[in-house]
Amino acid sequence: MVESPRSNALELSVSELSGALKRAIEDQFGHVRLRGEISNYRGPHSSGHAYFCLKDANARIDAVVWKGTFSRLKTRPQEGLEVIATGKITTFPGKSSYQIVIEQMEPAGVGALMALLEERRKKLAAEGLFDEARKKKLPYLPRVIGIVTSPTGAVIRDILHRLSDRFPRHVLVWPVRVQGETSAAEVAAAIKGFNALPVGGEIPRPDLLIVARGGGSLEDLWSFNEEEVLRAAATSEIPLISAIGHETDTTLLDHVADLRAPTPTGAAEKAVPVRAELLANVNALARRHDEAAFRLLDRRRGDLRALARALPQPENLLAIPRQRQDRAAERLSAALRAFVGARRLALAEASRLLARHAPQAELQRVTGRLNTLKFRLEAAGRAFFDRRRERYATLGARFDAAFAGRVRLLGHELQGRRERVQNFSARLDGAFLALLARRRDRLAHAEKLLGAVGYEAVLKRGFALARDAEGGIIRSAKKLGPGDAVTLHFADGKVAATVNGEAPPKRTAPAKKPLPPGGQGSLF
Amino acid sequence: MQTKDSPLTFEAAMRELEEIVTALEKGNVDLDKSIALYERGEQLKKHCDALLKNAEARIEKIVQGADGAAKGVEKLDVE
Repeated sequence: MVESPRSNALELSVSELSGALKRAIEDQFGHVRLRGEISNYRGPHSSGHAYFCLKDANARIDAVVWKGTFSRLKTRPQEGLEVIATGKITTFPGKSSYQIVIEQMEPAGVGALMALLEERRKKLAAEGLFDEARKKKLPYLPRVIGIVTSPTGAVIRDILHRLSDRFPRHVLVWPVRVQGETSAAEVAAAIKGFNALPVGGEIPRPDLLIVARGGGSLEDLWSFNEEEVLRAAATSEIPLISAIGHETDTTLLDHVADLRAPTPTGAAEKAVPVRAELLANVNALARRHDEAAFRLLDRRRGDLRALARALPQPENLLAIPRQRQDRAAERLSAALRAFVGARRLALAEASRLLARHAPQAELQRVTGRLNTLKFRLEAAGRAFFDRRRERYATLGARFDAAFAGRVRLLGHELQGRRERVQNFSARLDGAFLALLARRRDRLAHAEKLLGAVGYEAVLKRGFALARDAEGGIIRSAKKLGPGDAVTLHFADGKVAATVNGEAPPKRTAPAKKPLPPGGQGSLF
Repeated sequence: MQTKDSPLTFEAAMRELEEIVTALEKGNVDLDKSIALYERGEQLKKHCDALLKNAEARIEKIVQGADGAAKGVEKLDVE
């Protein structure tokens, strides 16, 4: 290493260096054509600008397409596409990095485009867009043909000429640019626009579409390789013929279309049949139709005649069947009668069964049984009572006999008793009389005795007996007051007296003095 | 046989007419049916003729509205 000189070198700030570089680069590379492969492309940013890289085997550079430029690009950026980009180099002082701002971009040669085409073809084929099963059948004779192409030039003229040669039709041309940046979008919109027409609307809806363009380079025909055109064609409900370029030109639209025509003129031939031929066909058919009908009729007529001749006489035909019919009729009436008879019998049996099981019959039967039972019950009851009555009568007789016997027995016994009573009675009478006599004797004796010891005897001896008004014996003077009536009994009779004084005083003489004559006092 | 919405196409009419002719030529149809077939064949023939006669060239150009959809048509002169 060599030590660098220090003193006279100019010092730069980073900003100064960055600024100087920016000026130098932008002056030097204000317009460059740069060939490289697109890398890191992820579609336009939401701002509308597109950022990606351009690279080759050894180097890479950041690239940007501003929004305004992007919509004008002939070739849309596509990952892996080799392009020639035209633009200028700018730098970012803040990062000391540089980039290319692309103004124009085109594919880098046919090889690159072919590679892109092949890649897209594979992708859409994988999606099934080219499948045969998707292909729609073209109408044999379309009424309205929609053509998507440029309204001027040889192509539309060729198509219309060939159509009018073959079969003049109603043609609707949807004018589009067939080349250039907006071409693909216009073609796609035209296909969708035809499909959007309502059936029976003011503008007649085509029943066949032709997308046509004259010959050109691969780049010229590129619109018909664009995905939006291919998807519009794939979703078209109207059958579509592609007629792009010459016989040798191939676009992806040819794969998607329901039919590929080699040229625009060829498309017209595929689109309609030749009217004159059709007329001939129809006429030939009409002739065959008439002849066939006539022949058929003629043959029928011949058949009829032949059959009519072979037809036997109606009477002969009818004789045997009629005989059979007569016999059958006879048998029929007999059979009918037998049948009716059998049915009637069955009906009678059935109604008998039915009647037996009818409720009235059932009721009657039950009532009958009930009456029988009732009758038996009554009879049984009567018999029962009769038997009882008989038994009671027998018992009564037996009882009566027994009772009479008993009574007789008792009568006998009573008689015996009675005799014994009489016996006793006689004896009682005798005893009683004897006793009576004895008593009477004793009484007489007692009387004598009584006379001897009675109060009369006392009275005879001078005593008197005082009795009150009631006859009671007065045993005490205190029972008497002045005025009381007394009866005084004497041995020879009695006399009435009245008490006229008080009782004499006690233990005094005067008590003795007032003693009435004949009173008790006098007894002492 | 022909309604406004879905007219019988030329192709279908031709096919049916051919079938009818073939059936009549074979001759194995009932008489009643053959008459009906014949009448139907006549109708088809007329229909095909009509379709073939209606062969007027009419060339028009779509006029787009502001939204890009078809707004109307105008005559297109190519020559």
